[in-house]
Amino acid sequence: MSEALIFEKSKPGRKAVSLPAIDLGEEEIKKFIPSHYLRKTGLGLPQVSEPDLVRHFTRLSQKNMSIDTNFYPLGSCTMKYNPKINETLANLPHLCQLHPYQPLSTIQGILHILYETSRMLEEISGMDKVSLQPAAGAHGELTSMLMIRACFEDKKEKRDKILIPDSAHGTNPASSSLAGFKVVKIKSNPEGEVDLNSLSKNMNEEVACIMLTVPNTLGLFERNILDIAEIVHSKGGFVYLDGANLNALMGITKPGDFGADIMHFNLHKTFSTPHGGGGPGSGPVGVREKLVPYLPLPTIEKKEDTYYLNYQRPKSIGKVRSFYGNVKVVIKAYCYLRILGKEGLREVSENAILSANYIRKKLEDCYPSPYKGVCMHECVLSGESKREKGVRTLDIAKRLLDFGIHPPTIYFPLIVEEALMIEPCETESKETLDTFINALLQIAKEIEENSSLVREAPHNTPVLRVDEVKANRNPRVKWQRDK
Amino acid sequence: MDIPYIPHTLKDQQQMLAEIGVKSIEELITVPEEIRLSSPLKLPSAISEMELTREVKKLSSQNASTEEYTSFPGGGIYDHFIPAVVEHLASRSELYTAYTPYQAEASQGTLQAIYEYQTLICNLFQMDVSNASMYDGASSLAEAALMAHRLRKGEKILVAKTLHPEYYQVLYTYTKPSGIKLIQIPYTSEGTCDLTWLEEKMDEKVTGVIIQNPNFFGYLEHNSEIEKIVHKFGSLYIVSSDPISLGLLSSPGEYNADIAVAEGQPLGSPSCLGGECLGIFTTRKEFLRKMPGRIVGETEDKEGKRGFVLILQTREQHIRREGATSNICTNQSLNALKACIYLSCIGEEGLKKIALLCLKNSHYLKEKIEGLPGYSSPFSAPFFKEFVIKTPISPEKINQKLLEAKILGGLDLGRFYPELKNHFLLCATEKRTEKELDKLISLLGEINE
Repeated sequence: MSEALIFEKSKPGRKAVSLPAIDLGEEEIKKFIPSHYLRKTGLGLPQVSEPDLVRHFTRLSQKNMSIDTNFYPLGSCTMKYNPKINETLANLPHLCQLHPYQPLSTIQGILHILYETSRMLEEISGMDKVSLQPAAGAHGELTSMLMIRACFEDKKEKRDKILIPDSAHGTNPASSSLAGFKVVKIKSNPEGEVDLNSLSKNMNEEVACIMLTVPNTLGLFERNILDIAEIVHSKGGFVYLDGANLNALMGITKPGDFGADIMHFNLHKTFSTPHGGGGPGSGPVGVREKLVPYLPLPTIEKKEDTYYLNYQRPKSIGKVRSFYGNVKVVIKAYCYLRILGKEGLREVSENAILSANYIRKKLEDCYPSPYKGVCMHECVLSGESKREKGVRTLDIAKRLLDFGIHPPTIYFPLIVEEALMIEPCETESKETLDTFINALLQIAKEIEENSSLVREAPHNTPVLRVDEVKANRNPRVKWQRDK
Repeated sequence: MDIPYIPHTLKDQQQMLAEIGVKSIEELITVPEEIRLSSPLKLPSAISEMELTREVKKLSSQNASTEEYTSFPGGGIYDHFIPAVVEHLASRSELYTAYTPYQAEASQGTLQAIYEYQTLICNLFQMDVSNASMYDGASSLAEAALMAHRLRKGEKILVAKTLHPEYYQVLYTYTKPSGIKLIQIPYTSEGTCDLTWLEEKMDEKVTGVIIQNPNFFGYLEHNSEIEKIVHKFGSLYIVSSDPISLGLLSSPGEYNADIAVAEGQPLGSPSCLGGECLGIFTTRKEFLRKMPGRIVGETEDKEGKRGFVLILQTREQHIRREGATSNICTNQSLNALKACIYLSCIGEEGLKKIALLCLKNSHYLKEKIEGLPGYSSPFSAPFFKEFVIKTPISPEKINQKLLEAKILGGLDLGRFYPELKNHFLLCATEKRTEKELDKLISLLGEINE
């Protein structure tokens, strides 16, 4: 059943909240504010009752798939379970009702949490210093590219290129471009890893850095990572690590140990904070010693037993957002790190790797990919073999919805035709993985026997396949009465 | 194995390994030997949920929260009332544990809520189009400047000195690579932009003019006059506003802004040390395709039923890569949801009332404080919920004394404006009671040297 828009439920006179009385007449208002500053027209806000409001948003919630209701194996998104204790503690009034400009002496507890989270991220990554300022992964990338830019400007070196493998996330080139760099694409070799010849040919003194995702978006660990780092470092460039896939590496290896000079983390992926339907996330950046001076303002420091915000850092790139980062998200990540501890993090990565390989093994014959073999925390399969039946990967994804499963990431990485990128995460049971595997095998069978069932999917979602062409041709981006 | 978030039993693991055809997980790890860790991470050991709760509660008790303290600082983050339904509904885990709604059919809840959010924001700001959110008010403003630069290939942007100083810093960081020159517009004794200066400095090379209204000091800018000056030269008029103020004050659409942004925290998100932000971004219809960020559009499913979907994705990084209008991917969707629930709850009459309560409280406070010996009001423009007071001694010392009475005092402006040493910025929202206001006034009266 469709749910009317909140505006369509509005009736003058209804209200969803009681507020204190106020007696301020027109004349008194004008005494404070001359009338030409006042709003001339209505606000266009709905008038609904509290029960109607509650039912509306509760019903909307029921039209979503989510981690708490469905398996959600989106590749490179790390849709792991979001522990509830994190939510409870991050909502403590003494943590979430704090003004950013109140005296430092009154926020020591929360600064402790932020400071200790940074220290733990440093240990996990092998970086020398971490800043929690960036609000999301792409924001961390931009922050990092600006730092690299500042570093070369400081050294009076003119470097305006960034190398990015063709398997990279779209944010990598977008962030580089925003920071004023030109993007040079590096080819992948037939094994799906960085082509060392292509790298050597393109690496020179005009290149500021390479942006690498490790494991890469095929779920493969770059076996030549030390050679890659050596090639880049020998020409004076930096190695940037996109930390989107850190869930494969915790306690197994550290980016700082395999040549990364700078990286970002996604607390909303690896460290279990919820995605919120598209945010907020948190994208801390970590750097090795020589990039420390350029970290954004402020950094959180500790002197004896007191925490403070350090703005006295003349080489810093400055501020990348207001205040001190997505603090609430960081609190949740802190809780996660404390519950798992040093023992738990490695188990997280090991089980994530085990689950991805189990799925790969069970499905690779049915959905073969050009890149074979053992993967890390995610695997990439392909629906290409189904095209002869007129079925695209998009159709397979939509059919999975009918099985109550959120589809994997599709059509990415770009180097795999009809890609299905599957990241199951360590928080899903074998039974769930088996249900998913069986669903995809069943769909393969349906494609053979009755492909229109798949092509016309989904069949039992709140809406059927939506018309994207229409939506884009004549964009309707807000509701208006009497259209 | 003692982690509540990992379901695999030893037996599960063995079965899975057997299916894969290996003997141990170790065999699946393709990380080269020479870079594998030989010892465990140097982190604290795992603790239980009970121990964690005790630890975090103890840490939180070291903070002075606005639940216990009366709050008077403003400056971009505000202590506004949040109705209980907001947190309650936003805590529906079907909403907060979902990903970005790329699969429309499985995400109609999130998509419809964003569509409603876009409509509410457009109505409130009286702008044509809104995106699904940016990180915060500051980065939203920075993206507005970059968008203006894409639309008008100018050389410089004029920025009000009365813009939030941290927003200016973020703007500077973001625009530096593009070579845009930022020039600050001075303020007058009214506490607002100097229009004579602005008129003199305007020319065709100005890409855009950025103002904040109400400005950082709380005062109302001469928005209509500024608009005429800006548009005379074909520049873009970019405004950062306070959404609560729009319950009472003229909206960016009314005074003809081209891009209007805001910090949306006052709309249902807690202060959280400035860590629960929402970047509001709106513009004119003709700039829709140049806008950064996600946008939800209305459409139909194949049976003609209303549905919602992400549109114009060819602007975005996952399709356009280095040519995208922005690099933004993850945004502040949950805070946009909170704003959507908040505005739907507060409604037409409620927001007007809240704005009036802010107006009344702040004016009462200002009148009383400027009457105290040693205190005065340096600026004369009309204001909404914040205002500047010149203090007899340093705000730091005053705030220290207020703290003893469980009051968080004003923001020391000397921190950002050397010429405003011994001035602080006070804010009184609808949450302040007469008793709280009187207590502050009486304490300030006692502190004059």
